[in-house]
Amino acid sequence: MTESSTNTTEWPLWEVFYQPSDGKPFEHAGSVHAPDAEMALLNARDTYARRNEGIAIWVVPSDQITASSPEDRGAFFDPANDKAYRHPQFYSVPRAVKKRK
Amino acid sequence: MDTQKQLDDFQKRIDNGEKIEPKDWMPERYRKQLIRMMSQHAHSEIVGMLPEGNWITRVPSLKRKMVLLAKVQDEAGHGLYLYSGTETLGVTRKELIEDYIYGNAKYSSIFNYPTLTYADICVIGWLVDGAAIVNQTMLAKSSYGPYARANLRICKEESFHKKQGYEMLAKMANGTPEQRKMAQDAVNRWWWPTLMMFGPHDSDSPNSAELIKWGVKTKTNDELRRHFVDRTVMEAEAIGITLPDPELSYNEETGHWDFGAIPWDEFWSVVKGDGPMNLERIKARKIAYEEGEWVRKAAKEYARKRKLEKAS
Repeated sequence: MTESSTNTTEWPLWEVFYQPSDGKPFEHAGSVHAPDAEMALLNARDTYARRNEGIAIWVVPSDQITASSPEDRGAFFDPANDKAYRHPQFYSVPRAVKKRK
Repeated sequence: MDTQKQLDDFQKRIDNGEKIEPKDWMPERYRKQLIRMMSQHAHSEIVGMLPEGNWITRVPSLKRKMVLLAKVQDEAGHGLYLYSGTETLGVTRKELIEDYIYGNAKYSSIFNYPTLTYADICVIGWLVDGAAIVNQTMLAKSSYGPYARANLRICKEESFHKKQGYEMLAKMANGTPEQRKMAQDAVNRWWWPTLMMFGPHDSDSPNSAELIKWGVKTKTNDELRRHFVDRTVMEAEAIGITLPDPELSYNEETGHWDFGAIPWDEFWSVVKGDGPMNLERIKARKIAYEEGEWVRKAAKEYARKRKLEKAS
C-alpha cells in the first residue's frame, strides 16, 4: 500500500437488520460503515431501504456480534437431533381424528 | 496449507449446492478469487456512476432528472452491497478502495468509454445494464452466500435501470431524424464494448473453469454473451434500431444468433489502461476519496466527543 493509506480514516462497521413488514421478524441485510449509531441508521436506510424494503431497522456494531462456529455445527446442534418426541409426527392419533383436517 | 481432505469436503459441499458462508472453511484460492471478483464488481458499480453522473445537470426534463438521480444512487447502493459482501472475506473497505485507487485492482472496462450525447444514457440503461442483468442473475446463484445475496438485491433494482433506458431509447428512435440519428450513433458506439463486458472467449479465460468448478459462476462468458445477444436482437428490432454487426444472423441449427468477430485488441488495450476515459475515471475517484478524508475525520471526531459527553 502507498503512504496515504496510513493517514486515512475508516468508520466502524455496523451490521444492518430490517423488518420487511408489520409483524415479520427482522432479517440481516448487510453492513454499513458509519461514525456513530445515528449515522449508521441513516446510511442503512439509504443503502438497504430505498424502496420500502423495511419498516424498521436495527444497527449493531459488527464487533459486538457473537456467532456459533461452523466447525462445531455438528456437536453444537446435536442436542436437537435425538429428540424426535419434540415433533408432532412422533405421536399417533386415532384414524378418525386424523382424517379431519 | 489446505489439505486434500478439506478440499474434497469443500467440493462436496459445492456439488451438493450448499452455500458457503463467511466463517466456513474455504480454500485460500477460493477466498482470493472471490475478493478479486467481488471487489472488481464493487469498483465497477462505483465507477459506473461517473459516465451517467456526467449528464445529471443536462437531462432534457425534470422527470428524466429524477430517474437518473435515482438510478445513479442505486449504483452507489450496489457498490456498497458488494463492498459489504467482500469485507466478510476478511479484507477492510479501506484496503479494497485503496487497492483500486493506488493499486492494480480492475473494474469493468465498459466505464472507460465517454458518454458523448444524452442518447448514451439511454443506451447504457438498455445495453450495459441489460448485460449486467444477465451476468448478475447468474451470480445471484453463486456459491458464496454474501455474494449471491448482494446480487439478488442488485437484480431487483437493475430491471428498473434497463427499462428506463430502453423506454427512452425507443422514444428517441421514434423521434425527429436528428434524434433517430443520435440514438443509432450511440448504439453503434456501445454495442461492441457491451459484448466485451462478458469477458474474453472461454478459450482465453483462464479463471473460468475454476470459478465454475467452485460454483462462483454457473455459466461461461460465451454462454452469457450468447444469451444476451439472443434477447437484444429482438429488442433492437422492436424499436427500429440496427445493431452494428452485418454478420448478425439467426442460426437455425443452434437456435441462436451468430455474430461477427469482437474487436479484442481494443478490449485488451482498454483493460490495460489505454481506453478513452481510464485516466479521467481514476482521477475522479482519487479526488473524491482524498478530498472526502476531512469529512470522515470530522464525523469520527464528532462521534468521539459525543460519546465522551454522554459518559460524563
